[in-house]
Amino acid sequence: MELLSRAELEKAVTGLDADYVEIRLDDTESNRIVYRGKELEEIGRARSFGGCVRALVNGGWGFASFNEPVRLRERAEQAVSQARHVGKEKSTLAPVEPVVASVPAIVLQDPRKITLARKKELLDSYNDAMLSVEGVTSTNLVYSDAHKRVTFANSEGSFIEQERIDVVSRLAATARRNGDMQQASVSLGALNDFSYVETLDEVAHMVAHRAVELLNAPYCEAGVYPVVLDPVLAGVFCHEAFGHLSESDHVYENERMKEVMVLGRQFGQKHLNIVDGAAVPDLRGSYAYDDEGVPAQKTDLIREGVLVGRIHSRETAGKMGEPLTGNARAIDYRFPPIVRMTNTYIEPGDATFEDIIGDIKLGVYARNWYGGTTSMEMFTFSAGEAFMIRDGKIAELVRPVKLTGNLFTTLENIDAIGTDLDFNQGGGCGKGGQMPLPVSNGSAHIRIQDCVVGER
Amino acid sequence: MVEAVMEQVLNAAMRAGASQAEVFRVVSEETPVKFEANRLKELNARQSAGLALRVIANGRIGFASSTRPGDVDGLVLAAMETAPFGPEAKFDFPARSEPADVAAFDWATQQLAVDDMIAMGQRLIDAVRRVEPEIQCEAHIRRTAGTISLANSNGGEFSYRDSMLSAWVYGTLIRGTDMLFVGDGDATCRAEVDLERIEREVAAQIEHSRRNAETRTADLPVVFTSMGVVEALVGPLTTAFNGRLVHQGQSPLGDSLGQAKYDPRISVHDDATLDMRPGARPFDDEGIPSRRTALIEGGVVRNFLYDLQTAGLAHVEPTGSAQRSLTTQPTIGLTCLTIAPGDSSFAEMVAGIKEGIVVEELMGAGQGNVIGGDFSGNVLLGYKIENGEIVGRVKNTMVAGNVHQALSRVGAVGREQRWVGGTVLAPPVMVERLSVSSGGS
Repeated sequence: MELLSRAELEKAVTGLDADYVEIRLDDTESNRIVYRGKELEEIGRARSFGGCVRALVNGGWGFASFNEPVRLRERAEQAVSQARHVGKEKSTLAPVEPVVASVPAIVLQDPRKITLARKKELLDSYNDAMLSVEGVTSTNLVYSDAHKRVTFANSEGSFIEQERIDVVSRLAATARRNGDMQQASVSLGALNDFSYVETLDEVAHMVAHRAVELLNAPYCEAGVYPVVLDPVLAGVFCHEAFGHLSESDHVYENERMKEVMVLGRQFGQKHLNIVDGAAVPDLRGSYAYDDEGVPAQKTDLIREGVLVGRIHSRETAGKMGEPLTGNARAIDYRFPPIVRMTNTYIEPGDATFEDIIGDIKLGVYARNWYGGTTSMEMFTFSAGEAFMIRDGKIAELVRPVKLTGNLFTTLENIDAIGTDLDFNQGGGCGKGGQMPLPVSNGSAHIRIQDCVVGER
Repeated sequence: MVEAVMEQVLNAAMRAGASQAEVFRVVSEETPVKFEANRLKELNARQSAGLALRVIANGRIGFASSTRPGDVDGLVLAAMETAPFGPEAKFDFPARSEPADVAAFDWATQQLAVDDMIAMGQRLIDAVRRVEPEIQCEAHIRRTAGTISLANSNGGEFSYRDSMLSAWVYGTLIRGTDMLFVGDGDATCRAEVDLERIEREVAAQIEHSRRNAETRTADLPVVFTSMGVVEALVGPLTTAFNGRLVHQGQSPLGDSLGQAKYDPRISVHDDATLDMRPGARPFDDEGIPSRRTALIEGGVVRNFLYDLQTAGLAHVEPTGSAQRSLTTQPTIGLTCLTIAPGDSSFAEMVAGIKEGIVVEELMGAGQGNVIGGDFSGNVLLGYKIENGEIVGRVKNTMVAGNVHQALSRVGAVGREQRWVGGTVLAPPVMVERLSVSSGGS
């Protein structure tokens, strides 16, 4: 189906009595397959088509979203009048060169070309493999693919068409014995590529066995430990513990937060470097232009332990007088863009795994992720699996742990960073009711001293 | 009366070879008013409309949804394409039936002017800043209205309107790198929200947090406020009553019907028949009339919740618990949850504790082995109790436990019930002992 023409969109957003107007249309087709235990629970297709207009007048924003792409001029006028109702100061947006671009997805293996029969055959085989492991009582498999086309135009002359395909999978196994129940899971994802879904045999095997092993595993005693995180979990830590605090919408109108997050502040040791950027290619947080038409960048957040940057929308960059980073993102047409992370990672260091665990007398090795959340100052994140470290060696499996801490002390407590950078692409980030937004996060193995570990 | 387009889709699906079909239609309007940094920031108007089609063809369920207007053929084609791979249908779509007598729509909510909503937000922010002038506030006032319609090929036709007004205020107080987050809100179907109650709750949160208190790693008594009960306990508890998980052997309560698993003071109901409560409705998202279902009565496990497919699989009656968004098939969900009050006051609970914790909000409570009933999280907002008094805010502290064990070791249930988030009516609950781990201050 054709989205609307450039002329139609430009007509809707130009010549209005506003400081800035933009329109975004979004056409997404998605497939979803869910298994629970032996049963395929759900299979379905969704077509989501809609649009929105956003306007800025005197520093106030108006926003109108809709499904029917008709009367666009009227909708733009509605957004302008809302914005005028709110605005009481001067509008500030960091300037951007108008862009006219069309960015098709560069697709490696296209999920739309894989038949439903083939998808089901693959998922059946993983589900059967997990259920055949002795002790596994149930499973949960979720597969989805979404093909999304977004068209953007603004009152400054930008017109951008972008396309992407997200392929996301989650495999979980539950093992149960005498009322005790344990779960293991893995979440995976890829941008513009189905191929990983064809090679999940080992993952399915690992998840099923891990769930059963956890039944025999003791709880890790709650307390404060040196903790070693694998690249996946360290990536989640980087996203939760630091990434959210680098989102400028938390900072730009809060004088005290500006003091806390002042550029030049020492957050970590010399070896700590943290980066965010949609310009890092071929990851789930990658794109060419953000939802304000700003070109993607790669932004240094922490360089040699010092806070050197943060991620911005046009408004936050303009108000703080800092460079644009291309981080304004909306999950779909129902929402205005807000400041979001893209691909966020800790750059690799030079420690070997031996270096990292060798001198830990008693500690915790935590791997894989279950989830994470932050309140800025404090964060928690959950490991999918954990082992004790005893006398410099990986020892017994323990039940999944939850780690928590204070950002301002924890980043400083990272005292070793490995060489094995890897990305977690199975996550979706939530903020302001917009979830799950495709992001990736990554790291090498890291060690954190004095981390609070909860027992479940 | 259902819309003509729904009839059209049903007819097209039957012509395409479905033996049964069901169309679900949602039309909604939402007007959010947002305050940031203590002042009005953004006005939104969201309109949405869409159709979802479920078919049963050769005994299997297919599904598709679309928000593209007029896309009848595409919708039918997509649903029929998925059906050969779908699960076997264990139910028939319900014929016309008598809906429960429940009101969920108030015209006055629709007539509420945006300026009145702006005034509500400003009032909440002003009230919070009178208690603490240094605090920076956000407020979200939101008005919604929708029409939910269902029609199926067995003659079932169902339609109702609902409305909602919600008001939330959040405050952030930063001192150095010490950050305090407070907030509360409410929602009803009517045009009025009890702003005074929200202001009182947030004021108390600020007063209790005036200074930070020391904690230590130990097993301690923990008082969950009404908000704390909802934040930390309700999710892992009610998951165990999901009929699908019960049927699949995943619920730890699977074989517990009729058994006294909890303290006798614990009674929990799911009730979709409460007038003017968000979540209440005359029938569920498959057309089954709403009802009040006892989950726990006097500590005894009474019922699990079922949608049509799960009820068919488990050979039981559906409980009117089907819930769906436009793009997903019905799943089992809660409507309004009520937890019965006890006979202790919150003040008495606190007064009886030598050393313990009060939990308002746990961060990350929903991560982990929720199906098994585990909960744990960093205390985002909570207080230390010493010698029967709240002495300050706790930080860098985790509380962890298993909800099924915790609710069998209840020390007291409060008599001050209140609605949290508009959909859960909960009293404070004191659990005798839970694992508390502290990272020091």
